[in-house]
Amino acid sequence: MSVDYVAVVDALTRVRGVHGAMVVAGQDGVVVAESLMEGVKGRALAALAGSLAKRVEGITRAAAGQAPHFIHLEGEDGALLVAAGAGDLLLVILAGREVPIGLARLETLRAAERLA
Amino acid sequence: MKAIEPWVAGPLNTFVAESSARLTLLMTLSGQVVAQHGFAGALDLMSAAALGAGIVASSSELARQMGWRPFRVLVHQGQRQGHFLAWFETPRGPWIGLVVFGGETTLGIVQLFFEQMVEELAAAAPREAPKREVLAENFERELNASLRALFGR
Repeated sequence: MSVDYVAVVDALTRVRGVHGAMVVAGQDGVVVAESLMEGVKGRALAALAGSLAKRVEGITRAAAGQAPHFIHLEGEDGALLVAAGAGDLLLVILAGREVPIGLARLETLRAAERLA
Repeated sequence: MKAIEPWVAGPLNTFVAESSARLTLLMTLSGQVVAQHGFAGALDLMSAAALGAGIVASSSELARQMGWRPFRVLVHQGQRQGHFLAWFETPRGPWIGLVVFGGETTLGIVQLFFEQMVEELAAAAPREAPKREVLAENFERELNASLRALFGR
């Protein structure tokens, strides 16, 4: 059964403070599905998040011999969450400062399981 | 990186640094090279320019036959490297960019910084194009001057 990627990202944007959710082809850094607040540059976010995930994967593979399952970047203005889905797919979440981060992480991991 | 027109160098340098592209070629729609990064030989460069311009011309015609607007971007994705070919408008007329990239970067990153370069080129282009008449008797001299500019010899 094929996965409804749009439904997956739409559900994530219902979490308070989540400004956007995307499914990204990790190898290419291009958008598969997206649900973003107005003003969020989806293609740029996909490209940069894909590149980040690829670099982090290189580091963790070298250090621990395995790819990361989940990446969490936190800054003063918000957070970027990246979870590995099936194959090459990445689930990318952009959240503002107001996001309940524990809930966002939990929902991201659940959604990533739906991509698997 | 070598450019025939100096104002192209800044945007192209930024693109190469940010995108981690292995080879980059900017040319006119007729395949005349404007700037390049990474090419070691004139023959490779001229072949790539001719092929790139030919692909844009044929894909534009294909789009026209289907009643579509011309394709803007063409991507060949291989196991070890990818080719990104796109045409864009500049104050000097339409140009083509050909980018060869490997596993050290991604298509998304190449596309993102390519779009940024296009904006920077539009901003950097001098408003007045230099008036140059290319006559048959000057052709070889012009060609040699361009190759010297592009390869520094």
